[in-house]
Amino acid sequence: MPTTLPPPARRRRALRTDEVPRDAVCLVVIDERAPRLAPFASLPQLLRAGDLVVVNDAATLPASLRARTATGAELELRIVGPIEASALSTVVLGAGDHRTRTEDRPPPPPLAPGEVVTVETVRGGAGAPEVVFEATVRSAAGRLVRLAVRLDEERLWRAIYAAGSPVQYAHRHATLPLWSVQTVYAARPWASEMPSAGRPLTWEVLLALRRAGVEIASLTHAAGLSSIGDAELDRVLLPMPERYELPQRTIDAITATRRRGGRVIAIGTTVVRALEAAAQDGELRAGSGIASLRLGPGTRPQVVDGLVSGLHVPGESHYELLQAFASRSRLDRALGLAAEVGLSGHELGDACLILRDRAG
Amino acid sequence: MEPNFEIHGQGVLITGASRGLGRALAEELAARGARVAMNARDPGPLHDAVATIRARGGVAHAVVGDVADKAAIHGIAGQAHALVGEIAVAIHNASTLGVTPLRLLLDTECEDLAAVLETNLVGPFRLTKILAGAMAVRGAGVIVHVSSDAAVEAYPRWGAYSVSKAAQDHLSRILAAELAGTGVRVLAVDPGEMDTQMHAAAVPDADRASLQRPAEVARAIVAMIEDPARAPSGARLVAPAWRAA
Repeated sequence: MPTTLPPPARRRRALRTDEVPRDAVCLVVIDERAPRLAPFASLPQLLRAGDLVVVNDAATLPASLRARTATGAELELRIVGPIEASALSTVVLGAGDHRTRTEDRPPPPPLAPGEVVTVETVRGGAGAPEVVFEATVRSAAGRLVRLAVRLDEERLWRAIYAAGSPVQYAHRHATLPLWSVQTVYAARPWASEMPSAGRPLTWEVLLALRRAGVEIASLTHAAGLSSIGDAELDRVLLPMPERYELPQRTIDAITATRRRGGRVIAIGTTVVRALEAAAQDGELRAGSGIASLRLGPGTRPQVVDGLVSGLHVPGESHYELLQAFASRSRLDRALGLAAEVGLSGHELGDACLILRDRAG
Repeated sequence: MEPNFEIHGQGVLITGASRGLGRALAEELAARGARVAMNARDPGPLHDAVATIRARGGVAHAVVGDVADKAAIHGIAGQAHALVGEIAVAIHNASTLGVTPLRLLLDTECEDLAAVLETNLVGPFRLTKILAGAMAVRGAGVIVHVSSDAAVEAYPRWGAYSVSKAAQDHLSRILAAELAGTGVRVLAVDPGEMDTQMHAAAVPDADRASLQRPAEVARAIVAMIEDPARAPSGARLVAPAWRAA
């Protein structure tokens, strides 16, 4: 973790783009004081006894499937979680894989309702592809395609884990193993991409939070794709509406935190979106819902007092959301510091802790 | 006194669930209202075991996969979560004797010892690493390691299996120590000698009438899961002694 600024000649203006090991993540602390750096492991000291940390416990799906149309055209299906009743919601990309930049991939072949696609796997990464299952196009709206699968639930899940791999992007050439995109508290496989703000929450940090009197609670949010493969669509559609489930025990924990004057700290933008969506009708309600709200500079969070997130730059939808917690000038000062000391803006990179002024 | 752990409505994952004690545990837990994800390598017997529970009105799902296979482990946990929801109870029951007829440890190939450790020790460790975090965040959960008398006694010819079970007992104690205060309970249970296929492979000439039925042992283990006062985290319990108490 860099603790001092490098000499001016070596200072950088842009964030790095490489991965950072879970236990080496650096936090930029953003609050009413000047931005400063801290090791992620010091999170328990940066929070206070009585605060509540809320995590998204969605496990990451092996959401990327290689498939082929009846005429032999190759495509990639990216599952939009959660999977319900043998139906798959997917985003379709053209031939090739993550090694090509998403926006440079050829457009996917057109798919019409009734058309059958076969999902394939290449065992051991070499040799002829084997068919794992067939799916029938039920509806297609551009790149958003719903598929029907004639497999019972057990066989569908088995097939997805046999054929799928984590969604990934061109900045990492090697294939991501499924374990590397799971948080330590991951439960039901709902997320199309890793709820990555929780990645540096190792057991060491989780247990230290508990010892420091910081409570931990969870919700499940089907974190979606960060790119659909078409810059124009990304701008219009992202973030897509996403399912979440908020258990009563977490609402009870939030109520108790409020009562004792503690703060609610969301681990990741998905937690913010779920909690703020659940509070839209005034009162937090347990159960399942769809988070479709867009948070930004004009919105005032109702539930969440602080946020741990990756480092996001202007132009990303997450950057908009961060502005619900800190002004643009405050964020930009923090990003400047992060770039100068060589922090990474990769989704598996460094992070920030934003604490909202109580006065708002 | 700590409240009893409520089985009804909980998601459970049992490895080695297609026969013997694993299957009996699945049947007992499903009869008590748990939703059970049953894992085994071989789909045929596993689907039979699942069908039996469903025919009785229980909720059970098959998760095919080998706990000794590193590449399969996230798939096993992911499918179990997808099919039965949050996992509140994990029972590490799958285990292998290694090469049978059992041979002297000194005649055991290194690779055969390593293979036994993969199934009986490293597999459960990997699976716990995936499942325990969500349990700790929810503040509740039970992890059970099926142990053996051979973990404690040094019987000639049981070497590879004994070594793996002794190590698993200690794995259980260390996990319990690290998870203290989180609400997650970790147990090791010696089921005692049972009339199972595995026992027949190890002791072909045993008097089967003298052996316990897996269903009786399963009832004792479920009672342990329910009773944090008598079965506290870190404990190593013996099923026949529990039933006698």
